[in-house]
Amino acid sequence: MFKSGVSQGRWEWKKGTNQQSGEDQAVSPERLLFLENKKKRKNQIRFTQIFLLIFILLLWEVTARLGIIDSFIMSQPTRILKTFANLSNNDLMLHLGVTCYETLVGFLIGACGGTCIAIALWWSDFLSKVFEPFLVVLNSLPKIALGPVIIIWVGAGTNAIIVMALAISMIVTVLEMLNGFVNTDSEKLKMVKTFGANRLQTFTTVVFPSNIHTLFNSLKINIGLSLVGVIAGEFLVSKAGLGYLIVYGGQVFKLDLVMASVIILSIVAALMYQAVVILERWITRLISPSR
Amino acid sequence: MQDLLRVEDLVAKYQADNGEITALEDISFTVQEGEFISIVGPSGCGKSTLLSMIAGLTKPTAGNIVIEGEPLVPGKVHTSIGYMLQRDNLLEWRTIFRNVTLGLEIQHTMTSENIEYVTNLLKTYGLYEFKDKYPSQLSGGMRQRAALIRTLAIRPKILLLDEAFSALDYQTRLAVTEDVYRILKQENKTALMVTHDIPESISMADRVIVLSRRPAHIQGIHTISFDMPDRTPLNCREHPKFQEYFNTIWKELDVHV
Ligand SMILES: Nc1ncnc2c1ncn2[C@@H]1O[C@H](COP(=O)(O)OP(=O)(O)OP(=O)(O)O)[C@@H](O)[C@H]1O
Ligand SMILES: [Mg+2]
Repeated sequence: MFKSGVSQGRWEWKKGTNQQSGEDQAVSPERLLFLENKKKRKNQIRFTQIFLLIFILLLWEVTARLGIIDSFIMSQPTRILKTFANLSNNDLMLHLGVTCYETLVGFLIGACGGTCIAIALWWSDFLSKVFEPFLVVLNSLPKIALGPVIIIWVGAGTNAIIVMALAISMIVTVLEMLNGFVNTDSEKLKMVKTFGANRLQTFTTVVFPSNIHTLFNSLKINIGLSLVGVIAGEFLVSKAGLGYLIVYGGQVFKLDLVMASVIILSIVAALMYQAVVILERWITRLISPSR
Repeated sequence: MQDLLRVEDLVAKYQADNGEITALEDISFTVQEGEFISIVGPSGCGKSTLLSMIAGLTKPTAGNIVIEGEPLVPGKVHTSIGYMLQRDNLLEWRTIFRNVTLGLEIQHTMTSENIEYVTNLLKTYGLYEFKDKYPSQLSGGMRQRAALIRTLAIRPKILLLDEAFSALDYQTRLAVTEDVYRILKQENKTALMVTHDIPESISMADRVIVLSRRPAHIQGIHTISFDMPDRTPLNCREHPKFQEYFNTIWKELDVHV
């Protein structure tokens, strides 16, 4: 029914990667060779990745030193490093904290609120039919366009930034979760109905547990989108946070600061995503240790 | 003796956007306690519809369903009916024990007496050691057995089986029908089974109801009796009368390719 566009497994579900490790079996020479080749290949890929990174950094540094590129505009790895070294001078940690706080609050409210709304819409077929066109329009609207309105309504501060993050991440959660709920295996639904399950029991015994994957997929999307919302909000509000630092650095031509902030931002984004992945693994193992 | 189940002039019509589909037309039959009834009929004739009406999941357009003299309230699931579907539908995130007690949990009847009953079923039918395992760790036949125990746990008087074995491969299927037959006879259950497989329908049944093409009415009801002291679905297939029954039912089904 609803198409959120993000639901088509962009984050491919990594299932059964360590399932068929036949440890109990005797290992044949062919298997050993296969495993060795596999490991070799993995190492090759990792090595090339590291090499590429170092190469680019070196190229950047050398061209900057030789004056081929203007380090004032393009910055330069050593200068970025220096910026990191003077973290306390730039209040980088403070801004990092602000951004993390806003992202986490936006993420939590967005995930919980979005899921609750999805449950309500699943519960009442009528409601979901009524809201369908509105949700579709809201989903395709670029939420950043609402920025000025949000600032006027809730004031230019942390709240506006969190609302911005919510606006961006919540609708996707609603659509994603609802899509999962609606597509629950109808045979399983029929099975619990034959025991006379009511709507609440149907939800708690079948619909929700079979959508744990959906939930985590939408959390993974959500954490990224919350960060997008927070940075966009900080651009607009311009008081604190990594987004503010980037805008400020750009305005006063401190490109080292901009680059350092961007690097920190990408590390934060990766860590947050990884945290969701770890949480997912932990919860999945808790619910059903066999998988 | 009072009939355990009486189906009277049952009519089922589906309203779709592109018109009305009459699935069942004037279906009437009775079932006695302890009987095993097979229902065969062409694809799409309304067999599943019939079962889901008896289970109270679908409201009949007309007609009555009477269980132990009490008319069924449509839309209200009758607790004396157990329904087994084609797939086992075990919930992957629950242990076998929590799967087989799902019905009790939903009906708020997790009494120590019922739990003991389920535990006994698990022990008798060889699943007790697996009670803390997850469905993915069981073979197809064991899963089907677990699904049967889940259905039996609520102690239904009548069991409805809708192509309950068709998801299994042929050999497992023979073994599982053997199992299920033994379990049902041992627990003295009444059963209505829908199947596409004529030999299977004969091998398990006391009576076979043959439905016509849609709109389905009853084409014939055949009493199956092999005078064998210890009849099982497997050994009755060797009985000379088996082929006779098969031919009659095959002709009556009137299958056109
Ligand atoms: N919810 C529904 N809405 C409209 N038509 C339906 C619905 N359910 C079933 N039908 C129609 O009613 C007829 C009987 O369906 P039913 O599932 O009872 O047949 P069946 O005998 O069990 O078929 P099969 O042998 O394929 O399992 C079919 O033609 C089907 O298209
Ligand atoms: Mg059917």
